[in-house]
Amino acid sequence: MKADTAAVAAGKLEKGGAVKKLLYSPRIAPYVFVLPFVLSFLIFFAYPVFSTIQMSFQEVLPGQTRFIGLDNYKNLLSASFYTALLNSSRYTFWTLVVLIPLPLVLAVFLNSALMKWSSFFRSALFIPSLTSVVVAGTVFRLVFGSLDESVMNGFRHLFGLPTINWLAGSGTAMFVLVVLASWRYIGVNIIYFLSALQSIPQELYEAAEIDGAGVWHKFWKVTLPLLKPVSIYVITISIYGGYSMFTESFILWNGNRSPNDIGLTVVGLLYREGIEKNNLGFGSAVGITLLVITMIINVIQLKSFGLFKKEE
Amino acid sequence: MKKALQLSTSLALASSLLLSACTNDSASKPGNGAGTKLTFWTFNELHQKFFESMAESWNKANPNEQISLEATTFPYDDNHNKLLVALQSGTGAPDLADIEISKIGNFLKGEPQLVALNDIVDPEKGNLVMSRLDNYAKDGKYYGIDYHVGAEVIYYNKEILDKAGVNPDNIKTWDDYVQAGKQVVEKTGKPMTTLETTDQWSYWPLVVQHGSDLLDKDGKVIMNDGVNSEVLTFLQKLVKDKIAVVAPGGFHHAEEYYGFMNKGGAASLWMPMWYMGRFTDYMPDLKNKIVIKPMPVFKQGEKRSSGMGGTGTVITKQSKNEALAKKFLAYAKISKEGNIQIWKQLGFDPIRSDVWNDPALKEDNKFTAYFGKNIFDILTGVKSEIAATNIKEKTPAVSDAVKTKVMFQVLNDLKDPKQVLDEAAKSIK
Repeated sequence: MKADTAAVAAGKLEKGGAVKKLLYSPRIAPYVFVLPFVLSFLIFFAYPVFSTIQMSFQEVLPGQTRFIGLDNYKNLLSASFYTALLNSSRYTFWTLVVLIPLPLVLAVFLNSALMKWSSFFRSALFIPSLTSVVVAGTVFRLVFGSLDESVMNGFRHLFGLPTINWLAGSGTAMFVLVVLASWRYIGVNIIYFLSALQSIPQELYEAAEIDGAGVWHKFWKVTLPLLKPVSIYVITISIYGGYSMFTESFILWNGNRSPNDIGLTVVGLLYREGIEKNNLGFGSAVGITLLVITMIINVIQLKSFGLFKKEE
Repeated sequence: MKKALQLSTSLALASSLLLSACTNDSASKPGNGAGTKLTFWTFNELHQKFFESMAESWNKANPNEQISLEATTFPYDDNHNKLLVALQSGTGAPDLADIEISKIGNFLKGEPQLVALNDIVDPEKGNLVMSRLDNYAKDGKYYGIDYHVGAEVIYYNKEILDKAGVNPDNIKTWDDYVQAGKQVVEKTGKPMTTLETTDQWSYWPLVVQHGSDLLDKDGKVIMNDGVNSEVLTFLQKLVKDKIAVVAPGGFHHAEEYYGFMNKGGAASLWMPMWYMGRFTDYMPDLKNKIVIKPMPVFKQGEKRSSGMGGTGTVITKQSKNEALAKKFLAYAKISKEGNIQIWKQLGFDPIRSDVWNDPALKEDNKFTAYFGKNIFDILTGVKSEIAATNIKEKTPAVSDAVKTKVMFQVLNDLKDPKQVLDEAAKSIK
């Protein structure tokens, strides 16, 4: 009897030891630590992507899923898809034009010792990004309304300009979308640039000054090159953000129904085909195409910035 | 010991948090706790309240078959998307759910994952406006029960008409309407009406009354036939002649639009009966100024109304209490008392025509206070003249084309109606 208890105790000890040994093993521990990430990646990313690829070759109906080859991709070559792609590309282009240089310059100002009220401006510029897109979109919809009394039409009247229907023309609608994006994301990009600016060592500027560099020269030769890694990051996420835009357009037009599809984006098309018309196979084809397009654009962009070159 | 205490306290805290997160308001209501649990999804809070009250009265009337209704209101798109995904994947769907009419086509594709309701519909066929149930039917099986007829009516602003010297009772045809419109514009400077550019309610009802539809009985696209282009040309002419303006905000549900109309922006608009609630809730200044009349017609003898919009309540095949869900649905939406409650609580014109003359519908409520008594006289007057729509699998696609392209191109860009309709019809596969 006594011997039995001892054996059980020894077994327990051994078992505890084995677990301990496993956790403390330098060879296995890294795998254990990355396991949660690997698992969530496999379950929530890899699996859905593969099943989306599969679905893009199928007609998906309850109880009647069947393979239809390339039909979904053939149907993709329609006017709606070109409109959506053009809108998303225009939007991405304009957001890049506004949302890279402007926050960069503002961040440089905010970082300067000469700037007064710096922390007030920082928070003032950042607050819009905390607003929900839905609230912001609703407010913008009313500000850019079609009535004479709408805020922006009132503003036009100050200059003797007539009332216009902002959300009914392709150009003005894109303008509203870009203004909304700029208003919301300037603060976020400023934060990225500010944190990079603060990591630039002061000695570099002092050395440049000793060499006789002026304000301009310091900005071009010191600040800008050292901001490159952060700039590449911001550009990459902006391209992704531009092409995945949907909610803004959805809210501005009270749903996925902008006149003449002037606000239709690629994700909007995915939503319309996949969910609104219950054609998940076709929706999947749109999604996969979007994935490929953004990947190609980002690879070109990263390559042109020399990110794939070997470090010397 | 201390450690064990800490651990147990934190465990207790965590579980109480979890429990409180799971507690549902509707489930914890007294009198609703015991009995068979039925879940219900909707996108309209008023529908949820209606079903909860029906569950309460069901429980009073059926002590042996208690129901504990767990109702949830989602945003419009979430409700349909979640339901679609649940039915597509075969798990997670509720017992009962609301599906809006323009979405039902999605759910009837392939093999419907909904329960056929013929055994509760058939015994009451004589009393129900069957065209409303046909919208939710496929191959002779009824899958959904609507809340209302959605009879199309015209709302006139009496104040503006009086100023212009127009009597709405004399407007019988669209020609009369145009004449009256000219007079209104001339005398008051205000447009006679507003037309939607990003929705279908200014257009579709007229097409149906005039004898056609966007889809035919077999679900084939006929949105570019003669009637369609005639109606669209008529609407375009209203805009060209300045009798109508395009609705501020694009459609009759925009905040801008409510503000515009509330200030007496236009002399009339046509929308289904269910639009009454928008007047009472969003255009309070028009109280006692709005009169409801039957629609004008293109030709004498044509129908003066059509059934528009709607929401069907369905039972999903995933329901574990199908029989009870069916009985309850019949009680709530097919029975006489259910239909009276639909008018009382929701202000909808119920689908059971034998209650339209019921004294209960003459009782005062917020709608009679706003529009005057005897609203239902209009409905009973056009009872036999409500044209039906064809709701089929392609309805979501066709309605999408009308909302995003057709209306805007014809009324805003003033393009040729026939050409726009041909292009739209061609784009639908």
